[in-house]
Amino acid sequence: MKDINISELERKFQEKIDKDIKIEPKDWMPDDYRQTLIRQISQHAHSEIVGMLPEGNWITRAPNLRRKAVLLAKVQDEAGHGLYLYSSVETLGANREETIDDLHSGKAKYSSIFNYPTVSWADMGAIGWLVDGAAIMNQVPLCRCSYGPYARAMVRVCKEESFHQRQGFEIMAQLAKGTPVQKEMAQDALNRFWWPSLMMFGPNDAESKHTAQSVKWKIKRHTNDELRQMFVDATVPQAELIGLTIPDKDLKFNEETGHYESGAINWDEFWEVVKGNGPCNKDRVDTRRKAKEDGMWVVEAANAYAEKRNRRKSA
Amino acid sequence: MSKKEWPLWEIFIRSKAGLNHKHVGSLRAADAEMAVENGRDVYTRRSEGISIWAVESKDVYASDPTEADSLFEPSDSKVYRHPTFYDVPDGISHM
Ligand SMILES: [Fe+2]
Ligand SMILES: [Fe+2]
Repeated sequence: MKDINISELERKFQEKIDKDIKIEPKDWMPDDYRQTLIRQISQHAHSEIVGMLPEGNWITRAPNLRRKAVLLAKVQDEAGHGLYLYSSVETLGANREETIDDLHSGKAKYSSIFNYPTVSWADMGAIGWLVDGAAIMNQVPLCRCSYGPYARAMVRVCKEESFHQRQGFEIMAQLAKGTPVQKEMAQDALNRFWWPSLMMFGPNDAESKHTAQSVKWKIKRHTNDELRQMFVDATVPQAELIGLTIPDKDLKFNEETGHYESGAINWDEFWEVVKGNGPCNKDRVDTRRKAKEDGMWVVEAANAYAEKRNRRKSA
Repeated sequence: MSKKEWPLWEIFIRSKAGLNHKHVGSLRAADAEMAVENGRDVYTRRSEGISIWAVESKDVYASDPTEADSLFEPSDSKVYRHPTFYDVPDGISHM
């Protein structure tokens, strides 16, 4: 191995990527590729875990037993998604607990959408429809990501996501054809979640410094703006169908291109939330940190129990 | 933060009778019993399995990918192990 130089290894690596041969944990990979994946997958994992909080907020107040069972199953799935992802980040040699501690110290990021509060039941509809909808747009191409364990986790995640979006849309559709107050509630949730959902795809391509390299490595298959456009094109007709209005006065359909054109995104708001100044940033991270600290006795008790059982077995 | 982390386990699932257990991913658990229980919650929320194996990750001995070429060469070079190597005269349809 010693006598093969790095540039030769890198050339062979890129050759595999170009031929769509997956990279597996024990294969040689450039350090930047590894670090990029560790950052991206752990942030993705944190987003799944923090993403349980805004919805968990409504489980006890779901309007009926059906909605409650559905929401509970959805939130459990998000926990599962987080675990698949922590499992794939560990295949890269990262330590799971360290990545979690990075979340708790504020060093690691997660999707900024989860820093918005969920103030009404309709927000459960808006989140499932828009936030999971946007997540699906992001995650479907990741099923073909060059890193095997991440791609396989995404296949599993995507299979589970489709019910998440449907249950959210169902909530919105039902509220939209309910009483005027219910319809107003749905419209209000759409008004608050529309723009933050568009921001989920990240900065415009011109501002996105990692995109080119990630595309070359086939970690990313589409740019942020391409994915955002796909989401807008898919979602606007859905809103129309249930009689809700997208809160964008500049939104219009371009007959020539066959695409919707959106108004300008408020990127100042996006960067403020990313920097930690969103409505719920502090609350979300504090809640996660407290969950770990308060749960630490469980970790230790389980260790003690496992040791006791092992001793008994070997005696 | 934790003094001692739970070990890592590789989880294998048999999706239905008649099929092999297949690797699905890994998880953390204090011991084997917990690994099976966690495996159920993490990897079988939609009836994906009827049986679970949990193997501690440190016990998996894996082949070295840099030696894959030499390791698998003996089988790559034996084309006569495949039925397509042989000529079957016209007129014989099932063999
Ligand atoms: Fe998810
Ligand atoms: Fe989801």
